[in-house]
Amino acid sequence: MPMSATEIETMIKQAFPDAEVVMTALADDNDHWQASVKSSSFKGKSRVQQHQMVYAALQGRMGGVLHALSLQTAAKD
Amino acid sequence: MSNSVHDRIQSEVSGNDVLLFMKGTPVFPQCGFSAAAVGILSNLGVKFKAIDVLKDPEIRQGIKEFSNWPTIPQLYVKGEFVGGSDILREMYEADELAPFLAEKGVALESV
Repeated sequence: MPMSATEIETMIKQAFPDAEVVMTALADDNDHWQASVKSSSFKGKSRVQQHQMVYAALQGRMGGVLHALSLQTAAKD
Repeated sequence: MSNSVHDRIQSEVSGNDVLLFMKGTPVFPQCGFSAAAVGILSNLGVKFKAIDVLKDPEIRQGIKEFSNWPTIPQLYVKGEFVGGSDILREMYEADELAPFLAEKGVALESV
């Protein structure tokens, strides 16, 4: 079963409590999402590291049940 | 991941300046994210080697552990993991990708 936007957002916010998360549907199938995530935890990290941190927050779901999540990350003060 | 799979991946990564792990081939990509990565590299006129992970289940699983990255495509430049399709697109749209490749000594054909 695919993950809902709320579930994805909840998992990200559990890992990064200060995160601003914006979920956008890429298709009308409740399966293809874009997540934009801003958190102070990303400060000083490379893009690869920032994405790896979000993937870690999703606890192995990325690439599994969550195969179509497009991700954009940014550091905030 | 077995040592032999790790060694095969390492040898490809070390032996190819620009290497894309993807689903399908550059001519017939089997996934939209892989197609997007191919499109970006082609637009920049970058010569790259592509490895079709759909043809090789060991590599398909192994590369995820090798890079600590859960999805395909994955781009390596001069042995360094650059990112997946989102990061490539972000770098491309910010006009960072061509300078990055130039800095790494990768030739870009004018297109």
